[in-house]
Amino acid sequence: MEKLASFGRRGLDILASLGRSGRFLAGVVGGVPKPSVGFPLLLRQLYSIGVLSLAIIVVSGLFIGMVLGLQGYTILSDYGSEAAIGQMIALTLVRELGPVVTALLFAGRAGSALTAEIGLMKTTEQLSSMEMMGVDPLRRVIAPRLWAGFIAVPVLAAVFSVVGIWGGMMVGVEWLGVFEGSFWGNMQSSVSFTSDVLNGVIKSIVFGFVCTWIAVYQGYDCVPTSAGISSATTKTVVYSSLAVLGLDFVLTAVMFGDF
Amino acid sequence: MAQRTVEVIVGLFMVAGIAAMMVLALQVSGLTLKAPESSYTLYANFNDAGGLTPRAKVSMAGVTVGKIREITLNRETFQARVVIDVDASVDNIPADSAAVIRTSGLLGEQYIDISVGGDMESLGDGDTFYSTQSAMNLERMISNFASGQ
Repeated sequence: MEKLASFGRRGLDILASLGRSGRFLAGVVGGVPKPSVGFPLLLRQLYSIGVLSLAIIVVSGLFIGMVLGLQGYTILSDYGSEAAIGQMIALTLVRELGPVVTALLFAGRAGSALTAEIGLMKTTEQLSSMEMMGVDPLRRVIAPRLWAGFIAVPVLAAVFSVVGIWGGMMVGVEWLGVFEGSFWGNMQSSVSFTSDVLNGVIKSIVFGFVCTWIAVYQGYDCVPTSAGISSATTKTVVYSSLAVLGLDFVLTAVMFGDF
Repeated sequence: MAQRTVEVIVGLFMVAGIAAMMVLALQVSGLTLKAPESSYTLYANFNDAGGLTPRAKVSMAGVTVGKIREITLNRETFQARVVIDVDASVDNIPADSAAVIRTSGLLGEQYIDISVGGDMESLGDGDTFYSTQSAMNLERMISNFASGQ
């Protein structure tokens, strides 16, 4: 009986937390500060979570593209169709790996930092002193971070795809000797702008939204102790990764599934 | 860091994102900036459309002159009715030309090749190809060969 009750309490806790995060999101997205105040804050956040994530995105994109080129070549050359390597690399990156890996890296690099920063602000009572001064922390602290995340992830995903394709071209064309004309030609004839590139952008927008939302909410809702911050940071990375992979399946089924 | 520096760096970041989207659009998906060329419509009836798909290319002498808009089944003749958009600049296809379904490479995708006839009159908007040649079906060819037909 005791166990059953604790199980139910757990479920109610999760539900309540979901509800709080929804109200939190509505409050933040609705409560954008005035452009004159908010824009500089947004730029600061874009710098720290977007620009500073560029290095890890570029390096991982390059290596993933190069691995795709290498693997694709070994598999496709068995069938004598290594010219199809261009379309293979481009479709994998634009449809799947670009948005997904960018979101996973973003959750690890920027999401955890957001949670820790906001969690520490809460623990050291900076957020409540802001409220005392009549400054709404949702507007002043949370909203710029959330919007910066929404904007930064699609940009990072596009950069990731381009760098990956370039890395794949370097391996496939420069090292393994696939003919450059058929590399680009096959790619251009099979990649469609609306159904491949734009669907990838939609995916990365959704992932950026979810990752930043989880990160910011976990920081804002954490238990204000050092152990609380650490568990909130862990939760951010775990929940973001699971949400991205789960949503990726759903979005792929909706966008590319034949039903 | 000074606000000005942050502004410039974030500006560069956004420019990098826009440039990446441009590369994806132009270089990777082969989107062209020029307006879609005006075209006219031709029809072709095939006994077997094989693996032909909408958006597949239509070529003459290896040069792409149009693309396939849609493929439907003609309910009376049970043939595949293919609607072709041909560039308006190619307005002198002889009326007795044939539409042939070919495959690019061994495993490549299928496309329509217009093999040119010798008629003085040319096909206009809404005309149907007089003669067509269906997709080559390797299995059927082998089974025909094996049964000696």
